[in-house]
Amino acid sequence: MTELKKSDFEKKTIADFKKDLINKRKQHGSLIPLLQSAQDSYGYIPEKAIYYISELVDIPSAEIYGVITFYSQFRLKPLGKHVIRICEGTACHVNGAKTILRALQNELGISIEETSDDGFFSLLSVACLGCCSISPVIMIDEKVYGKLTPNMIKKIIKEYKKA
Amino acid sequence: MKEIKVGLATCGIAAGGMLVYDELKKEIKNNRIEVELKKTGCMGMCYKEVLVEVKDDSDSYLYANVTPDKVKQIVYEHIINKKPVKEWIIKSKDINKEDAFFKKQKQIVLRNCGIIDPSSVDDYILNNGYKAIQKCLNEYSKMEVIDIIIKSGLRGRGGGGFPTGLKWKFASQAAGEKKYIICNADEGDPGAFMDRSTIEGDPHSIIEGMMIAGYAIQADEAYIYVRAEYPLAIERLLTAIKQCEERGFLGKNIFNSNMDFKIRIKEGAGAFVCGEETALISSIEGKRGVPRIRPPFPANKGLWGKPTNINNVETYANIPWIIMNGPQAFSSMGTEKSKGTKVFALAGKIVRSGLAEVPMGITINEIIYDIGGGIVDGKKFKAVQMGGPSGGCIPASMGDLKIDYDEITKTGAIMGSGGLIVLDETTCMVDLAKFFLNFTQNESCGKCTFCRIGTKRMLEILERITAGAGKEGDIQLLEELAYKIKNSSLCGLGQTAPNPVLTTIKYFRDEYEAHNKEKRCPAHSCVSLLTYTIIEDKCIGCTLCAQKCPVNAISGKTKEPHKIKQDACIKCGLCYDSCKFDAIEKI
Repeated sequence: MTELKKSDFEKKTIADFKKDLINKRKQHGSLIPLLQSAQDSYGYIPEKAIYYISELVDIPSAEIYGVITFYSQFRLKPLGKHVIRICEGTACHVNGAKTILRALQNELGISIEETSDDGFFSLLSVACLGCCSISPVIMIDEKVYGKLTPNMIKKIIKEYKKA
Repeated sequence: MKEIKVGLATCGIAAGGMLVYDELKKEIKNNRIEVELKKTGCMGMCYKEVLVEVKDDSDSYLYANVTPDKVKQIVYEHIINKKPVKEWIIKSKDINKEDAFFKKQKQIVLRNCGIIDPSSVDDYILNNGYKAIQKCLNEYSKMEVIDIIIKSGLRGRGGGGFPTGLKWKFASQAAGEKKYIICNADEGDPGAFMDRSTIEGDPHSIIEGMMIAGYAIQADEAYIYVRAEYPLAIERLLTAIKQCEERGFLGKNIFNSNMDFKIRIKEGAGAFVCGEETALISSIEGKRGVPRIRPPFPANKGLWGKPTNINNVETYANIPWIIMNGPQAFSSMGTEKSKGTKVFALAGKIVRSGLAEVPMGITINEIIYDIGGGIVDGKKFKAVQMGGPSGGCIPASMGDLKIDYDEITKTGAIMGSGGLIVLDETTCMVDLAKFFLNFTQNESCGKCTFCRIGTKRMLEILERITAGAGKEGDIQLLEELAYKIKNSSLCGLGQTAPNPVLTTIKYFRDEYEAHNKEKRCPAHSCVSLLTYTIIEDKCIGCTLCAQKCPVNAISGKTKEPHKIKQDACIKCGLCYDSCKFDAIEKI
């Protein structure tokens, strides 16, 4: 039995994605890794992918939908080009995460779980990024920004808009 | 010159560690210096990041708060001209500026963190790595290994504190050919980062701990369940597993013995409840992470219905040390019922935030003042939050309390996984309780009615109390609901969800009363209960606050006292922060 790795699916075409899934469907407990692969390929989990995976692993689509909505990692809608995650952990909370969130909302014009109209930014919240010692923090795509003040937000967002 | 090491765990990288690393690489190349540049894990002193260690034949020098523009000077003066830049060094043979942070620590779990290169298996081997598993394979029977762990007194570091050796014994005695080992690295507590740092800094010690557990219970397959939010930790584990497979440490007949052992990584998909062992197993099986009734315990019926042993990262990281140093060395530290050390993640309003590993039995005050350096900005220490959403707040007046599983449980908090958030006078305890309840309410899996609906009702009550709309009897209602939720929930999440509320009511009831009766937030933190006003005598009319106000709620002529229109004010506090004359008052 081949090992299922997420990186196998990165940047693959739909045809490749389907082929890979067929090879790996029989692995024990493969549903969550399959959904993670689908999300890595598309940026979210399209409805079609649910039906497709359902046939492959022989699990009803309703049950798969139940799994998707249970875990906060899975999304049923596409995200913006840059994903901003604001940490809502305890250390960030007591060190002013709320003011950072307000600054982000002002700057982007969107609230948590929303994507800007131009599709450039999505704002998500995360329970804890584990960088408590440099709180408050946000993570943009894979990069962590720490020891933030509301004033720094404007500058950071500007950098991304420029790029 | 021998080597230069840069601390590159997530926090080091966030502080700009990669920029420093790249700059060092460039300078070393440009000056054609022969020195080994290495990446290492978290050194614990997150408050001093970026940390760079320069080692020569006779001494090692630790540079703190390194920025890319300091690199040139360090390379030129220290490495080329052999004159260490003393003012930036915090630790060497002659300099010991941060002694206080380490003096009371005892590093077992973190023994290699910040010392070895976590992506190098050779580095781990050089530091006694993989000797413990070979010792077990060659010298000890399975029962002897279990006996050693029982004798050491090690208790589960994930929060529950169940004796690890006993857990292994149950799994080893369970009937069945096929057995599994699981490492719980689903560090979901907001405010906890010990496991992330341990994995990022020393992934091999966890793998070795799992191997030893596998030998003891005769399991040949293992899973590490890691949060997807920890990409670097996952990467370092994957690298470590690959290296082990190449060397024959993992796979068939490991270390040329007759034991087979295979480790797989499962990425968690983001659900706090999956830290509970039966929910975690359900998640590995590809289902919703919903807990089930115990017994049967995983030791008898776990993954795919087979006997399974689950421990967390810190527990496994202790194992190789115990095997090498003997159970007495471990049990000689700590209190009567809590042995060894515990890693704490210090964060919040504390001067030296970071990772500290201390012997059990140390007091809270020793951790906060001696190791942590006290409270930021000289403010007053109010309480410490332990155990995350399942834990509670211990007030400053109980600072002499000893760190011990049972002592902490008596206060209403729990040891938990080791998050230690320090709170000062500006933290509102009601707001903090609301914060945690909002978290558990969101994360409740929905199986038990009291946990699903009860936490929601409690949250609503806390929301109205902090909004100044609390009703008479609300505090009693909170207590009543709390006891019902504790008694009627199946798993740890529900049973402990009311703890933050109960402990804050127990120790800070006056704050609840002030919110509820006097509509006042003593910590000046709850926005709805705040009013900003300008003190006329102090205001010189510089107009700065009016310029800063995002909703134009401040008016007044230049050089004349200004006024805040209360109905327009959104209480963002920007005027308060910007005023240079202390002319704005927060009530």
